[in-house]
Amino acid sequence: MTKKLEFDKPINELEDKVKELQEFAQEKNIDLSDEIKVLEQRLHRFKKETYENLTPWQKSQVARYLERPTTLDYIKYIFTDFVELHGDRLYGDDMAIVGGLAYLEGQPVTVVGHQKGKEVKENVSRNFGMPHPEGYRKALRLMRQAEKFNRPVICFVDTPGAFPGIGAEERGQGEAIARNLMELFCLKIPVIVVVCGEGGSGGALALAVGDRICMLEHAIYSVISPEGCASIIWKDSNRAVEAASALKLTAQDLLNFGVIDEIISEPLGGAHRDPEAMACKIRDKIIKNLKQLKTMSQEELVKFRHKKFRKIGMFTEDIAEN
Amino acid sequence: MFKDFFRKTKYAILDTPENVERKEPEAFTKCDECGNTVYYKDSDKNFKVCTRCGYHMKLTADERLSIILDEESFLEYDTDLETLDILEFPQYQEKIKETQELTGLKEAVVTGEGKIEGIPSVICVMDQRFISASMGSVVGEKITRAIEKAIEKKLPVVIFSASGGARMQEGILSLMQMAKTSAAVGRLNKAGLLYISVLTNPTTGGVTASFASLGDIIIAEPGALICFAGPRVIEQTIRQNLPPGFQRAEFLLKHGLLDLIVVRKDLRQTIAKLLAFHKGV
Ligand SMILES: [Zn+2]
Repeated sequence: MTKKLEFDKPINELEDKVKELQEFAQEKNIDLSDEIKVLEQRLHRFKKETYENLTPWQKSQVARYLERPTTLDYIKYIFTDFVELHGDRLYGDDMAIVGGLAYLEGQPVTVVGHQKGKEVKENVSRNFGMPHPEGYRKALRLMRQAEKFNRPVICFVDTPGAFPGIGAEERGQGEAIARNLMELFCLKIPVIVVVCGEGGSGGALALAVGDRICMLEHAIYSVISPEGCASIIWKDSNRAVEAASALKLTAQDLLNFGVIDEIISEPLGGAHRDPEAMACKIRDKIIKNLKQLKTMSQEELVKFRHKKFRKIGMFTEDIAEN
Repeated sequence: MFKDFFRKTKYAILDTPENVERKEPEAFTKCDECGNTVYYKDSDKNFKVCTRCGYHMKLTADERLSIILDEESFLEYDTDLETLDILEFPQYQEKIKETQELTGLKEAVVTGEGKIEGIPSVICVMDQRFISASMGSVVGEKITRAIEKAIEKKLPVVIFSASGGARMQEGILSLMQMAKTSAAVGRLNKAGLLYISVLTNPTTGGVTASFASLGDIIIAEPGALICFAGPRVIEQTIRQNLPPGFQRAEFLLKHGLLDLIVVRKDLRQTIAKLLAFHKGV
């Protein structure tokens, strides 16, 4: 059993109650539809109130929630005929990043994304979605392949960060991320990024340079985890709640900063309550964005991507000029 | 052996930062590495390298420029860029002000152009006294502009990195500077211009994972800590002690992540030599 989200508990209880009542009604063959309706309305209100008012820290918890859909879940619902491709051709195959070929509305695309596990065993093999250099190098290999065959790339971002370990450092974690950043700017194909869970620092960014950056309503994207930030700034990781607010890491903040292009709303009560409905919304956005990007030439695309990131940053000279 | 090295450098022709003002009344400091008492008058002549163990002490941007560039050849770019505390991060503004007053710097990187043994180059130097030379909007913008200037003027770029990583207090905007600076290096590559990246102690985090790792030639100073994740973070994650020398320049060289390690007294000549190979490119 996964540990439930604390603020989700009242919702879970109500959900159970509704289910219980429905089963009871069916079993006894009695009509309880009025009672059920009242409960369902209350449930709806509960979810709405809770999820419309999530604090940045609560959003961090939703974004990291074990039951939140992962890249492979989305791939299953959004694309057809997915064929996973493995390995960086240099060292190994990093299971913390998945990638491969698939169709979107009959059109071939390359899909790449961080992959977290669903339970402990899978999470160990996927290293909790924290890639090593070989993961980033696999991703780059697949993206270059996409460029060769002129098919768009869709990236799903969901990682606590690049793995901090001995092997990762020995094999050049910094270099692998840096190279991805530089090379992604040069790809002559449309790249769409969906930040679907946790956008953890450079390890997330290495898959997040694209022409359109979409972010799910309750996803987070940050330079450092709230815990990490709290322990560095206040020498106290228990102040993560405060740090989550200070870091401005929600989709809503990032849209304000112009770092992302759009927010994809989640089903009521979060993506984990209805992965298929979530996937459906993501699919619509990807299709819409791809249509827009297809009107651009290869050269325009590269220029557009450069311009998009070139302007990010805030400093006083800006004010003087404006 | 190091005594010999010291004696040699005493007669070196290169300028040393004699004119650096010292706040400390003491005439000496202790080497961070071996605890040796180092007299400033000696260490300055020795480019701030410990005369006993060879430890390369940290340099300010001014000191670095003075030992690398030809005298009076430096023209500084973008002197008036200052950070905007867009996140209204707790205590950030105070910290910036305090650091500015203490260091006389506006931000953590000095950029401009100058000559290295007569060869004009764009040069960027990070200064760790400024919030560990972490990269926020200003550092990202200044590095990017310097690279763009190099493209415009068809000059090579030399960047001296030293950084604690991304500037946490600027949140996601600091993260995006990694993308911005890496994109700029990509454009420099397309223009066929040389980029020499010099990694100094310590170069970590978001700077390692962006422009610092993208040089055509990557040089490090001896013993420099160079990493993506810091040793403490790794130890906490894997719950193991790290092997000696882990993430030091020599370790990186062995693992194929550097082109060469150059002692400070030879750095200027080595860079000049490498630049000369690419003259007229
Ligand atoms: Zn020493």
